[in-house]
Amino acid sequence: MSVRDTIEATLTDRFSPSFLEVEDESERHRGHAGWREGGNTHFRVRIASPKLAGLSRVAQHRAINEALKPQFDAGLHALAIEVES
Amino acid sequence: MSDINNFIDEKVKSNDVFLFMKGTPDFPQCGFSGQVVQILNYLGVEYDSANVLESDELRQGIKDYSNWPTIPQLYVKGEFVGGCDIIREMFQAGELQSHFENAGIPVKQTA
Repeated sequence: MSVRDTIEATLTDRFSPSFLEVEDESERHRGHAGWREGGNTHFRVRIASPKLAGLSRVAQHRAINEALKPQFDAGLHALAIEVES
Repeated sequence: MSDINNFIDEKVKSNDVFLFMKGTPDFPQCGFSGQVVQILNYLGVEYDSANVLESDELRQGIKDYSNWPTIPQLYVKGEFVGGCDIIREMFQAGELQSHFENAGIPVKQTA
């Protein structure tokens, strides 16, 4: 499974989102710090989930980062997060 | 606490506003760090910063300190406020300005 699909599956499983988009933006960061050949380093997540509603922004991001810790440990470099209500 | 933890702790507690970033405010080496610098400069807030690219120990240490996996990281009065997305969203909502003002930190420009 691709990194993008793994992120999507992990977040779907954890947050049962009503809306979820995972975009691989690695190419847009070509040559920047953290980028490497083959991509899979920079992602953007747009998510809406009742499980995130009512949390502070920091708590929302912490929950998402925590769910994706295996991906960070495996080389995920940047994760832009947009939590929608 | 390890030396690096003490270093970070001292920085965030002795500066009202402190940014851990990649590069420097004059020469950010990452677009996300650059966005936070632009916002702070726009608001005219005084801040100090550390460049995590100068030290692998600091780069890892700050992630452990805040339990936050990415950089930049902004601290106000010793408290972690957010990374790039959160700071931008707070700024756009006017919440960052009030966060500074509530902390007694002068903001020169109100958006």
